[in-house]
Amino acid sequence: MNILEVFGQLAGALPGAVSQGLIWGIMAIGVYLTYRILDIADLTVDGSFATGGAVGVMCILDGWNLWAAMLMALVAGMIAGAVTGILHIFMGIPAILAGILSQLGLYSINLKIMGKANQSVNVNNTKLLLSLRWVKEFAVHNPLIIVTIIIVALIAALYWFFGTEMGCGIRATGANINMSRAQGINTSLNKILGLMISNGLVAFSGALLAQYQGFADVNMGRGAIVIGLAAVIIGEAVLGKVFINFALKLSSVVIGSIIYYLVVQTVITMGLDANLLKLLSAGVVAIFLALPFWKSQLRASMHMRSKGGKTNA
Amino acid sequence: MLEIRNVSKVFNPGTVNEKKALNDINLKLNPGDFVTVIGGNGAGKSTMLNMVAGVYPVDSGQILIDGVDVTRLHEYKRAKYLGRVFQDPMTGTAATMQIDENLALAARRGQARTLRIGISAKERAGYKELLKMLDLGLEERLTSKVGLLSGGQRQALTLLMATLKQPKVLLLDEHTAALDPKTAKKVLDITEEIVAKNQLTTLMITHNMADALRVGNRLIMMNGGRIIFDVAGEEKKKLTTADLLEKFKISAGEELNNDRMLLS
Repeated sequence: MNILEVFGQLAGALPGAVSQGLIWGIMAIGVYLTYRILDIADLTVDGSFATGGAVGVMCILDGWNLWAAMLMALVAGMIAGAVTGILHIFMGIPAILAGILSQLGLYSINLKIMGKANQSVNVNNTKLLLSLRWVKEFAVHNPLIIVTIIIVALIAALYWFFGTEMGCGIRATGANINMSRAQGINTSLNKILGLMISNGLVAFSGALLAQYQGFADVNMGRGAIVIGLAAVIIGEAVLGKVFINFALKLSSVVIGSIIYYLVVQTVITMGLDANLLKLLSAGVVAIFLALPFWKSQLRASMHMRSKGGKTNA
Repeated sequence: MLEIRNVSKVFNPGTVNEKKALNDINLKLNPGDFVTVIGGNGAGKSTMLNMVAGVYPVDSGQILIDGVDVTRLHEYKRAKYLGRVFQDPMTGTAATMQIDENLALAARRGQARTLRIGISAKERAGYKELLKMLDLGLEERLTSKVGLLSGGQRQALTLLMATLKQPKVLLLDEHTAALDPKTAKKVLDITEEIVAKNQLTTLMITHNMADALRVGNRLIMMNGGRIIFDVAGEEKKKLTTADLLEKFKISAGEELNNDRMLLS
């Protein structure tokens, strides 16, 4: 394929990639809240993302108001998060395992919600909030615009919430649990609350994606946690030094997600086998997660050398 | 103000690692008492403090704070009555949050956390004044992350947080042990100042016998999970380090040889 052709295709695919990045960006904000604020790697998201899609689509097919359907998806996600929290807090199961258990259970629940492995909503005969067919239209219902508006509203709401007494309590719980208890903060409740908010956002994002692509699928959340982590890490690597404010940090997660989808689109356009995509994502995230560790190891060995000690201890 | 009645605690009961950490402890603090606690490693000092704070449940006995039975109360609920400073300067503050945010968290100790704003502009101005009292220059760094502060600064901040909302009892668990001598002295000076100003009932564990003698109006010595010596007022003022060592030898017998207490 010649270079010009690749560029031509890429330019055509750009709005779609950015839309996907924005939609998954909401999911990534959910991952950010657990991974960075609560200091928990919550694997529930792989299940709750599809739950959001399933609930959203079923409500829409049932003729619900679109925003009511979105709200139901959000609530379903929050319930999933609460289950993980209860498994972790009241049953003493490590957070990662609690998330895996919820995720597995949700697979069955998602099948039950949809009645089969996938359900489609056709934009021709059903009213939808957004669809990939409008991605090149110059109108408010263009996914680029409507998702951006939703994200701005969500970030504003989260910025407000994490500035309240309750929100500060959740941040403190993740920052230092001993200090939080000593200051009278109910850390158990806060962890559950944090997981609920996070999975609510993830499910909301799933309901948006289902409408965008025209169907909900029981496997649509597979690997969501990795995409979320990739977005968080890319956002921090690119903008971490500049974006200090909490609202800006959340925006950098969304920008990280957009960059992720742009890169994915580029490698696919350049001819990468799409089946290898998840392997590529896993590899990239593994390397980025390893960077801080390698940095500290390097620093330690430099320190040893400067002190004249053995480097090969 | 604080009453510990017949409290016992055994760790790892029924195993080879079984350890009687507290053995039928009885202690009553009057309002305004400033009690220093000394004793060797494993004497039960920290366990006693943690029992009061609710970190672990008691096996038997009762703990009352200001007449309220808190024995079955969860740690975070008990925090309403207690100010706490820990040995590790990292434990008492949230490193990734700002100085003013940490103070605002402490200002709401014992209150329901609602959807009201987490920190108001008026509060911030008040914190600035309070931080000036520490004389560490922190009043100019209100929005700095606490992780950027030194160990001594963090302990001083934790002290301020522990007493921002007047506690019924202030619990200090070797809070100067991890600091260099100069900083330790500064933090202890601040401690005395704050305790005197607010007339706080205080329980302070220390490994430094000179500090234990100089500070406070009452001293207790622990060994093997028991309180073996309890002295207050004039009698305490006359006490010397040599007296304490003698006392310890008599009560503890031969166990003394290898003790860290001798080294300090």
